[in-house]
Amino acid sequence: MDQIIQVFFNAAIFERAWPFIWRGVQMTIALSFVVVPIGIGSGLAVAMLNHLHHKWLSRALMAYVDFFRAFPPLVLLLFIYGGLPFLGIDLPLFATVALAFLLNTSSYYGEIFRAGLESVPAGQAEAARSTGLSRAQTMLWVILPQATRNVLPDLVGNTLEVIKLTTLASVVGFTELLNNARNAQALTYNATPVVAAALIYLVLLWPLVRLVSRLEHKSIVVR
Amino acid sequence: MELQRLAFSFFNGEVASRYWLDIVHGMWVTTYLAAAVVIAGLGTGLALAMARSFQLKVASFFIVVFADAFRALPPLVVIIVLFFAFPYVDLAMSAFTATWLALSLVLAAFAEEIFWAGILSVPKGQTEAARSTGMSRLQTLVYVILPQAVRLTIPPLTNRMIAITKGTALGSVVAVHEIIYYASSGASEAGNPTPLTLGAAAYVVLFLPVVILSRWVETRFAWKR
Repeated sequence: MDQIIQVFFNAAIFERAWPFIWRGVQMTIALSFVVVPIGIGSGLAVAMLNHLHHKWLSRALMAYVDFFRAFPPLVLLLFIYGGLPFLGIDLPLFATVALAFLLNTSSYYGEIFRAGLESVPAGQAEAARSTGLSRAQTMLWVILPQATRNVLPDLVGNTLEVIKLTTLASVVGFTELLNNARNAQALTYNATPVVAAALIYLVLLWPLVRLVSRLEHKSIVVR
Repeated sequence: MELQRLAFSFFNGEVASRYWLDIVHGMWVTTYLAAAVVIAGLGTGLALAMARSFQLKVASFFIVVFADAFRALPPLVVIIVLFFAFPYVDLAMSAFTATWLALSLVLAAFAEEIFWAGILSVPKGQTEAARSTGMSRLQTLVYVILPQAVRLTIPPLTNRMIAITKGTALGSVVAVHEIIYYASSGASEAGNPTPLTLGAAAYVVLFLPVVILSRWVETRFAWKR
């Protein structure tokens, strides 16, 4: 028991590693605040373009979405990280990571919004148009709010997944929580920093898990 | 000229001929690992959901805590804790085992929630009717509730299985010899990203059919009432 506390929950080590870990927490939060809105925005764009029901455009978007859903995000990240310099493109690390996430998350959010838009009956758009709303107004004020509500559990669930994905950035040396915790572990020869990081993720993300569960449960009961 | 440089960097035949066998070996390890994760994860998830349906307070509490924790923890964090932290207390495991165990735990947590939602969706009257014909609680669960529940769980389970088997790529971080491990070590050895292109292509070959299949599954088993 003593050994476990010594190795996993060592207060002295934790105190030394804390500034480092705290910096990582901030970077993880910053990355999430960049990646999630970009993903939602681009996913919404993909779904709305698909909703135009232009045959070839829709097929191209479907291919884009399927391709990036088949591609493990880590592979995408390593490919972009390792490949861009050979194209003579030199992006800052933050931008490289954001780009890889953009391609991955836009396809997932796009798929969710597509299902949402399809779930709104056609009569809604027809009714809105016949009251004199423009197509853009119909989309913005009538279709989108209903579509978003219908897929809210999936949207929140995917956001949770995206935040968890930010840990992949540690593989290319982005100084977020997991990366810093691993470095601290290597420097101190002690597992405490990594265990602390795991607990921090747990504390930060547990509320979101509960929210997803509640929303999912509600949607099943409503049906 | 630009195009030639691009081809030399990303589609270099000479480099590809040196590394493609490694990548094929990686594909085998990825497939094997993914299959092992799906079997262990779905099996455990189903068992936990069944255990939860007996509504024993203490057992249900621990199942919910387990499911919540492994849905909140990023899979890469679980892999790293298992692989790098556990050896300190003499619980060392191979990279393959650590990746397999981590992904199985995560899949089990999600599968438990999905199966549980499926079980809840079956009307109470079904249980009451089955029990009143003299079936035991276990028989009711296995022969009456689960066949109806499982159908509804197929689309979300398929999506989750794809997401988690793609996570086998995370094994490369602890040096499991799967596709990405060979692709990135090949790329740095050759000083040329062609092995990464091969690795990316390998994932598309493995997963694109699964994603397309999942679209079909989604329409086939969609919620209809």
